Amino acid sequence: MTDSILKVTALNKSFGGIHATRDLHLEVTRGDIHAIIGPNGAGKTTLISQLSGQLKPSSGSIEFERKDITRLTTAKRARSGLARSFQITSVVMPLTLLENVMLAVQGTSGHSFRFWKPVKQDQQMVSAAMNSLTEVGLQDRADKIAAEVSHGEQRQLEVAMALAMKPRLLLLDEPMAGMGVEESQHMVDILKKLKEKCTILLIEHDMDAVFKLADQLSVLVDGHIIASNTVENIRANQEVQRAYLGEQHA
Amino acid sequence: MLPASNSGRVYAVLLILLGMAPFITSWIDQPFYLDLLSRALILAIAASSLNLILGYGGMVSLGHAAYLGIGAYCVGIPAYYDIYNGWIHLGLTIVVSASFAFLTGLIILRTKAVYFIMITLAFSQMVYFTFVSLEEYGGDDGLVIYLRSEFPSWLSMEGATALYYWIFGALVLTLLVIYRLVYSRFGRVIVGSKFNEERMQSLGFNTYRYRLTCYVISGVLCGIAGMLLGNFTSFISPEMMGWTRSGELIFMVVMGGASSFFGPLIGTSAFVFLEQYLPEIMKTINPSWHEYWHLPFGVLLVCLVLFGKGGIHGWLSRFDKDGDVK
Repeated sequence: MTDSILKVTALNKSFGGIHATRDLHLEVTRGDIHAIIGPNGAGKTTLISQLSGQLKPSSGSIEFERKDITRLTTAKRARSGLARSFQITSVVMPLTLLENVMLAVQGTSGHSFRFWKPVKQDQQMVSAAMNSLTEVGLQDRADKIAAEVSHGEQRQLEVAMALAMKPRLLLLDEPMAGMGVEESQHMVDILKKLKEKCTILLIEHDMDAVFKLADQLSVLVDGHIIASNTVENIRANQEVQRAYLGEQHA
Repeated sequence: MLPASNSGRVYAVLLILLGMAPFITSWIDQPFYLDLLSRALILAIAASSLNLILGYGGMVSLGHAAYLGIGAYCVGIPAYYDIYNGWIHLGLTIVVSASFAFLTGLIILRTKAVYFIMITLAFSQMVYFTFVSLEEYGGDDGLVIYLRSEFPSWLSMEGATALYYWIFGALVLTLLVIYRLVYSRFGRVIVGSKFNEERMQSLGFNTYRYRLTCYVISGVLCGIAGMLLGNFTSFISPEMMGWTRSGELIFMVVMGGASSFFGPLIGTSAFVFLEQYLPEIMKTINPSWHEYWHLPFGVLLVCLVLFGKGGIHGWLSRFDKDGDVK
């Protein structure tokens, strides 16, 4: 038996007449980088949003570490060890990179009904945040305002924030979106290091990156997972070739 | 801690001058100015409390004057029954404004943007009309408070100077509380939620609870301003919690500079003095014009919004970047 950290059973989500997720089953093994690939509009971000709690599924269940989390709020899932990053960069733009990461540290380290002591004097929090920034290579940019750094650096900040939450499962929604070749390579190196700390569920369009990183691969087409296997087996799978890879590598 | 920036020095000097105001006004023999200042500082407490939710929290309330009224009636109604004990007045103010903020906040904070504005307006109008219909306490005509809240002698409010120092002390305390709050763990959650609430939730924050708490704190601070206003004017009526007053509080915050620490104090002072002297200036131009002072005032506000980004504070801090006052 493999140790599964996330188990999704018969998940469905519809928006009016559109079935964005249909009878979706997924199991993620602890310690893996599990990538989900699929054409545009396959429902990848919809899936991530249901896993992290921003969207409520129409039916089905989500188990995280053998506990049913289908009805938990986003905040509760985050505190119990499930962190996500966003496809469209979502950080607190007017704050500095360090302040952003400190929010992430703060969110998962006890309550914040503390009204008097300035956070900046909390050495433990500052150093925890600096560690996360260092892991993604942003340590020298800590005092820059998030809105003023490059797109690539904002993507790295997304990852640093997710990391600062000390998650056991990290949901990454296209961390390489809009990145150049060099920046993508840098992100691949970062994610490889992260793998030692937590399980990663990765959505990514960049096939080179996916093949370099992933242990397991699931193919999502039309809201349904049509195949889930090791990278080698998926590459050999004829159906997948036709449904997805074929179009891309034509 | 010495303020390093030029605007910081301006504010430090301003606070020191405000602290010496009773001596200055009696020295130049103009007690009226002390009255004007007292009024300005009370409204500055109210505007600062609004700034906590509006400027830092992004919650635009068009009903904050309700708390001014609640605070004032927490003095007026006990006084009507000959209860003048200041601690009772203060305690009542805190309990009533906190409960009102909590109960209405439970609903208000589920809304966003325009709906937030409308529902805060609706709740404050409910309070307004409740007091209008309370015939026992004067209804529309209001209530006269014959004696000020009674405190032990070292804290007495008797006399213009003593009351001024009460107000000044309350303002300094309010500013200190807001300053500490904004940079504390709690404040960071509030500021983060203003810009990106979804992200804050995905970082593990139950933003609703934190914002509700912030809303209650702001309501209590404004309630205390109302308690002081009741003591200052010694005549209270539902008029002081009308929605136009709530609108004026927003003006004061925006004029001074929202989400700047001293902005509301500057904005309120500017507002109160303009309100006082614009009619007189208009009168010198043409004796029948003094009623039309709202017109130049409106033009001034439009200009401030168009050209003075960040209000008066924003304008002041432009001098900081160049290193010296031009």
